[in-house]
Amino acid sequence: MATIRLDGLTLAYDRHPAVHHLTGDFAAGSLTAVVGPNGAGKSTLLKALAGLIQPAEGRVTLSRLSRREIAYLPQQAEVDRSVPLSVLEVVALGHWRRMGIFGGLGRPEIEAAREALTAVGLGGFEARPIGTLSAGQFQRALFARMMLQDAKVILLDEPFTAIDARTTADLLELVQRWHDEKRTVVTVLHDYDQVRRLFPETLLLAREMVAWGPTEEALSPANLLKARAMAESWQDDAQVCRRPAA
Amino acid sequence: MSVSGLFLDPFLDYAFMRRALVACLALSLGSAPIGVFLILRRMSLLGDALSHAILPGAAVGFVFGGLSLWPMSLGGFAAAVAVALLSGWVARATRLKEDASFAGFYLIALALGVLLISRHGGPVDLMHVLFGSVLAVDRDSLLLIAAIATLTLVALALIWRPLVVECFDPGFLKAVGGPGGTAHMLFMALVVVNLVAGFQALGTLMAVGLMMLPAASARFWAASVEGMAAASVVLAVLASLGGLLLSFHLELASGPAIVLMAGAGYVLSILAGPRESVLRRYFPGRHLEA
Repeated sequence: MATIRLDGLTLAYDRHPAVHHLTGDFAAGSLTAVVGPNGAGKSTLLKALAGLIQPAEGRVTLSRLSRREIAYLPQQAEVDRSVPLSVLEVVALGHWRRMGIFGGLGRPEIEAAREALTAVGLGGFEARPIGTLSAGQFQRALFARMMLQDAKVILLDEPFTAIDARTTADLLELVQRWHDEKRTVVTVLHDYDQVRRLFPETLLLAREMVAWGPTEEALSPANLLKARAMAESWQDDAQVCRRPAA
Repeated sequence: MSVSGLFLDPFLDYAFMRRALVACLALSLGSAPIGVFLILRRMSLLGDALSHAILPGAAVGFVFGGLSLWPMSLGGFAAAVAVALLSGWVARATRLKEDASFAGFYLIALALGVLLISRHGGPVDLMHVLFGSVLAVDRDSLLLIAAIATLTLVALALIWRPLVVECFDPGFLKAVGGPGGTAHMLFMALVVVNLVAGFQALGTLMAVGLMMLPAASARFWAASVEGMAAASVVLAVLASLGGLLLSFHLELASGPAIVLMAGAGYVLSILAGPRESVLRRYFPGRHLEA
């Protein structure tokens, strides 16, 4: 019973594919690491799963799942932390689906936000302006927001880049908890040791799929070598792709 | 001169001063919070570009209707919206970034507007259009300005939450299906109508003054978006009052006097505002324990 199915998915920028003819399943309740060299299309894939970009070809099929049940944490660079908001305000945004534009925050919602903050180790930080948090603390706050979203599918794009070891360990525990709660988690990562230790499934991507399956097999030396060898280059004179659509 | 002679009598004795004051208060209520969002979205210069974009439309209105309210306001609104849409479209359809395409179109608009007005009117008309004449605001203009301020406050209340989230984390808003795009379009429309209101009182070159200067100062006074909006309104009201009195007593041009007062507030805020100002930076006081 697949939750998210990819059929010959091609995602392109200006016709150049960032993800090329990718086919496979994210099973319900699976915990998958997406790894690969720079420019391999990992972030692009996550954006497509979140429904933020449209496929150039092929499709993403959701079964027993609506877009609303997918939560997505983009790379930190895309957030403007100079906007004067408090930690509690940011975390409470996790209630967006329930409160929308006009809905007020009741006591239960605020209580839930406080609990989420405590769970990520930020108890007592409610009133702090987000601009004063360290990178690690801010990432913890975003994870708390994600907890409130209570999503069936959770997409994390390089959540531990430039984050200290202690925070990474704490947040990985949270990821493990989401896995235990049978949520489907897809995370873009760079640290192969981390992936081998904690992620049962791995998608090794180098624009095209190199391997997708149990982590030990996917990250075999042969596959890693193959991923490294695959061209990263953007060819200005690339020909039109003739491969049949799925 | 007595206190009442300095501060009250100009407004008690002269109807034009009262009308000017009410016009500026209404402008302060609507424009200043709009300016705060322009700053939070890092679009501070956009207000400037759009206020110039009003000119050719207002000029066409002037050619057909003379210096009358509705043709110039509607023309100005249409022209600014056209420039905003065209710039947005060029930025999406070509390699040119949005700020560059805005710069291109607003310069064309400004030149076209000045050309049209100087061709069909005198230098006085041109001065009026460029710098406004808040002391000559009549009942109809006042109603228009007040209506726009009312509309702005109601609309801001409606789109407040998506607008704030769009500033902070647009990707999140999009991912949870929030109306970021709608909020953005409505907000841009609000920017334009407020510039049209400002154009009535302060002219095309000064209209952004009450929008951006108090908003830029607000950052030094408040630590929340709501606080910044409130602070910007207070600062704009003070600048309006101060500017009108200054222009009355010293016989200075009223529009520039108001904008200069807002500018004085801005410099003062940078130097000595309670939050992250120069004063706080160089004289922070002894550090705390934790």
